[in-house]
Order: sequence, then C-alpha cells, then structure tokens
Amino acid sequence: MVNITNLHKKFNKNKVLSGVNLEIDNSGIFAVLGPNGSGKTTLIKSILGMVIPNKGKISVLGKDIKHSSAYRHQIDYLPQIANFPSNLKVKELIKMIKDLRGKTKMDLELIKRFKLEPFLDKKLGTLSGGTKQKVNIVLTFMFDSPLIILDEPTTGLDPISLIQLKELIQSEKSKGKTILITSHIMSFVEEVSDEIVFLLEGQIYFKGSTSALKIKTNEQDFERAIASILKENHA
Amino acid sequence: MLKILKYSFFDLMRSRWSYVYFAFYLLLGIVLLFLNNDLSKAVITLMNVIIILVPLIGTIFGVMYYYNSKEFTELLLAQPLKRSSIFLGQYLGVALSLSMSLILGLGIPFIFYGLFQSSAIWDFSLLLVTGTFLTFIFTALAFNMALSNENKIKGFGYAILLWLFFAIIYDGVFLMSLILFEDYPLDKLSLVGTMLNPIDLSRTLILLKLDISALLGYTGAIFKKFFGTNFGLITSLSMLSLWVILPVLRIVFKAKRKDF
Repeated sequence: MVNITNLHKKFNKNKVLSGVNLEIDNSGIFAVLGPNGSGKTTLIKSILGMVIPNKGKISVLGKDIKHSSAYRHQIDYLPQIANFPSNLKVKELIKMIKDLRGKTKMDLELIKRFKLEPFLDKKLGTLSGGTKQKVNIVLTFMFDSPLIILDEPTTGLDPISLIQLKELIQSEKSKGKTILITSHIMSFVEEVSDEIVFLLEGQIYFKGSTSALKIKTNEQDFERAIASILKENHA
Repeated sequence: MLKILKYSFFDLMRSRWSYVYFAFYLLLGIVLLFLNNDLSKAVITLMNVIIILVPLIGTIFGVMYYYNSKEFTELLLAQPLKRSSIFLGQYLGVALSLSMSLILGLGIPFIFYGLFQSSAIWDFSLLLVTGTFLTFIFTALAFNMALSNENKIKGFGYAILLWLFFAIIYDGVFLMSLILFEDYPLDKLSLVGTMLNPIDLSRTLILLKLDISALLGYTGAIFKKFFGTNFGLITSLSMLSLWVILPVLRIVFKAKRKDF
C-alpha cells in the first residue's frame, strides 16, 4: 500500500525526518505516534506530496509518487486544522470538492450521521471548531478510497461525534482499507489501532502492535509505555 | 486548471473589493468624460492613472489573494490536482477578474459617450490592452513574491517595493544614467531601457500612439521611428507578453518545489 525508503527532509537547518523506512502492505489501522515535532505531520504530508522530500522514495499502491498527482485519487486525507475558505457555505464546499474529485453519494449519509443538516447553508467562517471538524470528516470519508489518512481526527469533537467517528473508522476498516492515524489521545489510539508506528527524532523507533509495545517497555498500561519511551530517550 | 480558475474567479467576483475597483473605474470614466469633453485628452489622463494604479492594484490583490486563500490552497493540494494547475488557476482567476473590472469599468462610460463613432477608439483599445497586460504582469510578480515568502509582511513588503521600483525608482535611475552619459549617443540605450520596464514601455506605447511625440523632442523622434512602426508595436507587445510569461513560468517552477 505505502512504501517509504530512506526518507529525508529538513526545513532550512531543522532536520525533521532522517532516514525513515516504512512499509505498510496490509489493511488495518496504523497509528503514527511520537512527541511534538517528531515529524508525524511531515511524514504524512510527504505521502500526500504536499511536502517534497530531500531524499528517499515513496510509493503508494506500487507507484512512485514523484511528479504525479493522480495517485491522490486513492487517498482520503483529513488535515490537522480544519481551515476552510470562510466565505463559502458548507453545501458549496462539499459540492466543490465533489466537482474536483468526482461523483459520490456518500456525503448525504455522512451528513446525516454527524447531524450537519442545519449547518449546510451556513458559511464556514461562522462554524465552531467542532462543527468544522465534522465537515472536515464528511469531506474526507465521502470518497471510497483504499487509503485513508487522518491527522488528529478527534480534535474538537463531542463524545457523540467521537463515537460516530470510531464506528465510521471501524466500518471503513472492515471494507479492507488501510487507515493511517496520528493522535495525541492515547486512549483513542489504543482503542482503534491495530499497529503502532512510533517516530522519534526523525526515525522510526518502534513498529508493531500495542501489546508488543507493552512487552518491550515492561509496562502494563499503554499510556505509560509511550511515556517510558519518551523518558528513556530524554534521560 | 479551469475548475480552479472558475472557483477563484467567482470567489473574487463575490468579494466586495472587485466591486469597489469596478466602481472606481466607472466613476473615473464618467468624471473624465464630463469634465473633459474631449476623448483623446480623457485617454491621456486615464493613461496617467492606469500606468501607476493598475500595477499597484494587481500587486496588492495578487499578494492578498495568495495569503488569504492559503487554507483553500492546502485543501486543494491534498486533492488529485497538479500543483501547476492549482496555482495557475488561482493566478488567472485574480488576473482575469481584475482585468474585467478594468475593461468593464472604463468601457461602459466610454461606450455610452459614443466611442464607436470616435477616432479615439484605437487609442482607447491600446489603453485597455496595455492595462490588461500590466494587470497580468504585476499579479504574476506579486504571486512570485508571495510564493517565495512564507511571512505575509515580508511578502507584501517585497511586492510593494517591486512596484515602487518599476513605477518610480527605475525612472529615476534611468534619468540619472542618461544625464551621466549625455556625451555618448544614447538613443539605443534609452530604447532598451524603456523596453525593460513594463510600465515605461506601456507609457511610451500609448504616448506615441497619441501623436504627442513632438513634445518629446529628438528622443521622441527616435522613439516614434521605432514604436510608431508595426515592427515596433509587435516588438513591444511581445516584450509585454514576455513580461507575463517569465513570471508565470517562475510561479510554476516555485510551486513545484514548495512545501506546504
């Protein structure tokens, strides 16, 4: 699905990724974790082609992504901060993205699921953070792509919407899709993810299941296991 | 690209500033016609306004649009769209909507005044053509500045400086060099110097078309000899096109290598 070899990226003098090798072949939910500034978003944006790597190769579904844009038809991406053009109505934004990417009917179901009907005629600039995130989720999930990338999907969501989101993620997984998630909410990660990819100082420190991580760090609790990695490497 | 162009264009068409810009030209056109009552004098006054104002507005709108639509751009970048089509679409959206405000805003009062019966129609068309060129040139330059500067204030500052350079500083330096080297034959140099600045080039093109080159003395005669011919006109127009093409190529080049 996604193949990354020897990925390097620096912004000016700040080295963010230094030799990341990652192979995700099967379907399932993969959580990309790491402390702030460890390069999670840079990694994700490199896969999307928004960040251009200094060195290394990325291929999605067996094709090198360099100089290509069509491969993004196979990716649904939920950006970290839902910043939309503020003078556009919700309805218009959905219509526009459909116009750019192709036809779909899944948006109606998603709008119902997240109870967005009353907001359809409102301008995006007037929406609250949580509602914007719901619109963001609708835009992401309304296309049936084999690879889904979610950057901090839980930001601003109320408990009901959070449950809806988890159900949605599970139902997409059952369709055999690959889902990449970054999040700082450890309980959410532990609940949904099948495998963890832990980034530290621009490299992959650990890749495996949550139980394997607990064994490796000798901790019972997932959150503590993560914390112990961080402590070890800062001491 | 056409889809992006469509969205950028309609986004701008809905914004208040496009109407303000349009209304300004409408008012300018009406006032000049009623106060002047002489079409070719109105064209000269208009030229003086356009030559300075159009590049300034193109610069400001270009930079502002780029920074304000950053979120929209990031949304588009995650879609299966080519980078070049995203940025070219946005650029053309801005440049076209500005040109439309200019052409309609000035065109409407002049049509009502009876432009089609007048002999000034060619001068007027040339005015609109150079105005449109200047819009495309300075919007492209503004996009370049914005693409190269992550910091809004810096990008805005550099873009304004660039406008100031072409509108005012260039002329000053040009004049100084003419005075400095007055012992040498300067007609070739001044021709080249004029060609290298799109604002000067537009001004010269219109002035010579208006048959007031006699006011310019000997240089005017040389200029007339060059710009007055079809060859001169074609060279000037291709020079203006080059001024559009080169910055646009740099937009494509820069956009391909930028991180978002």
